[in-house]
Amino acid sequence: MIRPQAVVVGCSAGGLSALERMFAAIDSTVPQPFVVCCHTGSSTVDMMCELLAKHATLPVIEARERGPVIGGAIYVAPTGYHLLVESQRRFALSVDPRVSFARPSIDVLFESAADTYREGLVGVMLTGANSDGAVGLAAVRRHGGLAIVQDPRDAESPAMPQAALDQAGTDFCLPLPEIPLLLNRLCLS
Amino acid sequence: MNDRGLLPNDPELEDIEIELFVRALKLRHGYDFSQYAPASLKRRVLQLTSSLDTGTVSHLTTRLLHEEGFLAPVLEGLSVPVSEMFRDPDVFRALREQVFPVLASYPQINIWQAGCAHGQEVYSLAIMLEEAGLYDRTQIYATDFNESALKQAQEGIYPAKEAQLWSRNYLAAGGTHTLADYYSARYELLKLDQRLRRNVIFANHNLVTDEVFCEAHLVLCRNVLIYFSDPLQDRVLGLFRDSLVRGGFLCLGTRESLDFASSAVDFAPVNAGLRIYRLGHRVMEDV
Repeated sequence: MIRPQAVVVGCSAGGLSALERMFAAIDSTVPQPFVVCCHTGSSTVDMMCELLAKHATLPVIEARERGPVIGGAIYVAPTGYHLLVESQRRFALSVDPRVSFARPSIDVLFESAADTYREGLVGVMLTGANSDGAVGLAAVRRHGGLAIVQDPRDAESPAMPQAALDQAGTDFCLPLPEIPLLLNRLCLS
Repeated sequence: MNDRGLLPNDPELEDIEIELFVRALKLRHGYDFSQYAPASLKRRVLQLTSSLDTGTVSHLTTRLLHEEGFLAPVLEGLSVPVSEMFRDPDVFRALREQVFPVLASYPQINIWQAGCAHGQEVYSLAIMLEEAGLYDRTQIYATDFNESALKQAQEGIYPAKEAQLWSRNYLAAGGTHTLADYYSARYELLKLDQRLRRNVIFANHNLVTDEVFCEAHLVLCRNVLIYFSDPLQDRVLGLFRDSLVRGGFLCLGTRESLDFASSAVDFAPVNAGLRIYRLGHRVMEDV
């Protein structure tokens, strides 16, 4: 297995607390970038970034249009825009139609990141009450990347991880506390 | 199979197909998408293959080259006609409170809405100008390269399911009536009051290739530059600079970044968070 170059994370209902728990246990020396797409009802992600920053061991930043994707940080997709990773490892935004009723959409982030990082990408699907991200996770795997899905039995909302398992399959299906441990191992290998 | 109904494709092959498609579109029809941000362009091209049921991008290209009438749906799919009335209400509130008072000092006000797509923001502007008592001396130039989007913009007919969101936006933007005063609803559709169109000129203009055509006091171009490469973004900002009167205003999408554009030095923020800028008004420490 090659060392990953980036990690993308998708979640929806119940996502904030899952992200807090996951990022609290990520090793602070991990050199990869984490890019998060979480559906939220609010009009900005400021609040989410603040809350996440209280727990995370890495800096939490709202992803900026054209900004470079730099390792050792957690980037969060802004509300109301799809977040994509371009081939030069810069962020791009779009206001294309909603995908699976969502903008930002996990599918859009995962598919573009899979295109960019190919086998160097890890996709993580956490709790959520819809099926966004399943197609994206399949793209991650099709490009040779690695998929990690939260065990639906362990998820606050099992629908999203279940849809990912059904449509994409996975390399690892784990309860939440084990996911950061695996990520640390992969990222620091 | 993936969601587009395609068999898993070789990603490198797909990139080649998309490059050929972009070249065909330029050589055959004169529309140049080569400087569009690749990731979202790719997504839209793949969606076109699905919605037009061509199977592969190569088949899309073949039909684009040979089939009369095929260009329109392709352009429709490649442009980004997604907006809502008073999207980002804070921006419209800031225009009303920070920009309109300055515009009010001009005897005639010219506004260029670039990339107007289906026109939701054109009508939003017209309503706000009307409520501010400025509309009768305003000319709005609403432009897009997409003919069929322009036509729909002109008709001002939208799905009625949007009405609730739009009403909320309108009030959050500081609207002084109710939005329902400006449209009539029938069945599943709502139609904007066509009097709002009285000072709007809808015109075809392509930001990639066309030049300056008016002298504007305010240019709105929201969520268009995000689709452009750095050099194209720079060209378009140059167009806006050359169109604006000194002290004229530029309003971009709330998450758009000027950090990578050299033309951006000509603009000073009026409301940086909401991406409202002013031409040639440098902040003191820069002088």
